[in-house]
Amino acid sequence: MLGLKYNTLIVLAGVSLLGASAGMIGSFAVLRRRALTGDALSHAALPGICVAYLILRERNLPAMLLGALASGVVGIMVISALCRWTRIREDAAIGSVLGVFFGLGIALSRIIQGLEGGGAKAGLDSYIFGKTAGMTRGDVELILIAALAGLAVVVLGYKQFLSISFDADFARSLGWPVYRLDLLLMSLVAVAVVVGVPAVGVVLISALLIMPGAAARFWTDRLATLLIVAGLFGFAIGLVGTALSATFLVLPAGPIIVLTGTALFLVSLLFGTRRGLVARVIEQRRFEGTLGLRRLLRAAWETRTSAGNARFSRDDLQARLAWPTRKLAVLLNRATIGGHLRPVGAGHYALTSAGEVEALAVVRGHRLWEAFLTAYPEQASGAANLASLSIDEYVSPAIAQELTAELKLAGRWPEGAT
Amino acid sequence: MTILDIHDVTVAYHRKPVLWDVDLALARPQLAAVIGPNGAGKSTLIKAVLGLVPMASGRVEVFGKPVGQVRRRIGYVPQRESVDWDFPVSVLDVVLMGTYGPLGWFRRPGSVERQTARDCLAKVGLAQYEQQQIGQLSGGQQQRVFLARALAQQADIYFMDEPLAGVDAATERMIFAVLRELRETGKTIIAVHHDLRTVPHYFDHVVLLNVRLVAAGPTATTFTPENLRKTYGGRLALLDAAGEAVRAGSGPS
Repeated sequence: MLGLKYNTLIVLAGVSLLGASAGMIGSFAVLRRRALTGDALSHAALPGICVAYLILRERNLPAMLLGALASGVVGIMVISALCRWTRIREDAAIGSVLGVFFGLGIALSRIIQGLEGGGAKAGLDSYIFGKTAGMTRGDVELILIAALAGLAVVVLGYKQFLSISFDADFARSLGWPVYRLDLLLMSLVAVAVVVGVPAVGVVLISALLIMPGAAARFWTDRLATLLIVAGLFGFAIGLVGTALSATFLVLPAGPIIVLTGTALFLVSLLFGTRRGLVARVIEQRRFEGTLGLRRLLRAAWETRTSAGNARFSRDDLQARLAWPTRKLAVLLNRATIGGHLRPVGAGHYALTSAGEVEALAVVRGHRLWEAFLTAYPEQASGAANLASLSIDEYVSPAIAQELTAELKLAGRWPEGAT
Repeated sequence: MTILDIHDVTVAYHRKPVLWDVDLALARPQLAAVIGPNGAGKSTLIKAVLGLVPMASGRVEVFGKPVGQVRRRIGYVPQRESVDWDFPVSVLDVVLMGTYGPLGWFRRPGSVERQTARDCLAKVGLAQYEQQQIGQLSGGQQQRVFLARALAQQADIYFMDEPLAGVDAATERMIFAVLRELRETGKTIIAVHHDLRTVPHYFDHVVLLNVRLVAAGPTATTFTPENLRKTYGGRLALLDAAGEAVRAGSGPS
């Protein structure tokens, strides 16, 4: 089939499904600022795996996964108890639990390796760094079941999970068991961790949980969309990462999968449409441009008015604005192209008729804003919006009229040239 | 039947009392303000009533029943700072949360709920913002989104935690027009309020709180300089503002 070996297909299917599931479930952890909890969970799973082996003395997959799940959940409960009943902060609690449980796990795994023929048989190394190539059909079926179960829980409990993630107090006021819902979400993370650990290892599974959700946030402002996108991202990361490591056999799968995720995350960080850096820089530039143009027109209007001369020089503007020469040159150029200013002689400009209208609106708007902020300082944070020229949207007409009248009385209300 | 009956409520954080033996009863629908200095336990009182913080002792009944049995009749507006406004939800999504209570566990909001949510958004003047991500709104608009969500709960009693924090004058008037309308249809509103100047103008009932209950009753007889002095102690600047407010007019005009 497509020249791919059966083994490779199994691994591709397993890791992609795991990525999709972990991506979707992990999104909740990311949104709730609990990203590190997944990390703690995966580390806390190790002692459970070891204990299961020590009890049964054989590599029994379901038993070891159950052990992993149990000790992972215990780890999470210890974290939540530490936060709830002591003064330890969440980050410190996560750090301590992660360290203690992982240390315990490593110690237990040394004991197992000391048993006769123990280490190799237990395959414990693969739990730490992952052994993707060794994935079997049974593993994939397990991942599929876990993924479908996770999907079902998220679909059924969507509105509960949305409420407890966005506004836990409100959810509690509706009478929902927020603590237990929280535990359910964390158990989903635990299941994803447990089925994922054999594939990518204890250390790297947390990357698979966190990166798709974190990357998806750069593309959408909707939770439902974010969950879908994170699932697709996780799927793609698993697929591409596994394919790359299968093509270049020297490279182990776990790190390659994580590096693939990193690449996707970086692309999202830079180019994401919602809050990607590039989109934000463009937005910021545009905003600065608008503000700069308004300042320039205001300076032009004020220079013209105070000198009583329609013509003004670049130096006059420079004296008022104190901008870097380049910024002034760029904005003068833009205002000229935009039809607000026209050059008259070397280094001199005048307002066009369109420029007059715009400049008058700008000066009026600015002075009203200033008067408003002086008269109602306590409302500055609530109402002031630099992007908006007119204050009409933000204050009542009565206040706008009152402020206008005050400005007129003080002789600061600009009148149009007649 | 009393609408709200708070009996001997004590709340403590790390053994420090935040509320001490608070008794409070509302027999008739009111538009009530909870006022008191910072750290007086105003928010905690609301949270204790709703069961959001554990009570060290005491009992709360709403409409004669334990809160757990009447949650569908209770609306809640948390403090604006209590949520992450960067969260990926739209304005309409947030207001729809108000309709979740009666939907039970698995039913999703449908067209009926959507219509309710849109009506509530229109009531607070945010109809055209329904698709925006909530972080793009101004502080006053965010406060109105929370109010719309509470309206969508179609409750009989509303608890609001500083619904006027950081809003502009126009928004404040709009919010109070909505609250007064609720009050006129027989609902009870209990709002934590911090601006003493506007208390006599907007509220017909006040609850003066400073860890202990200082006084509660109709604004006209309870919102007095003497009671305020007992509530605020030596905080003179605030007292002056309050004195002004009391002189400016006792009772809604």
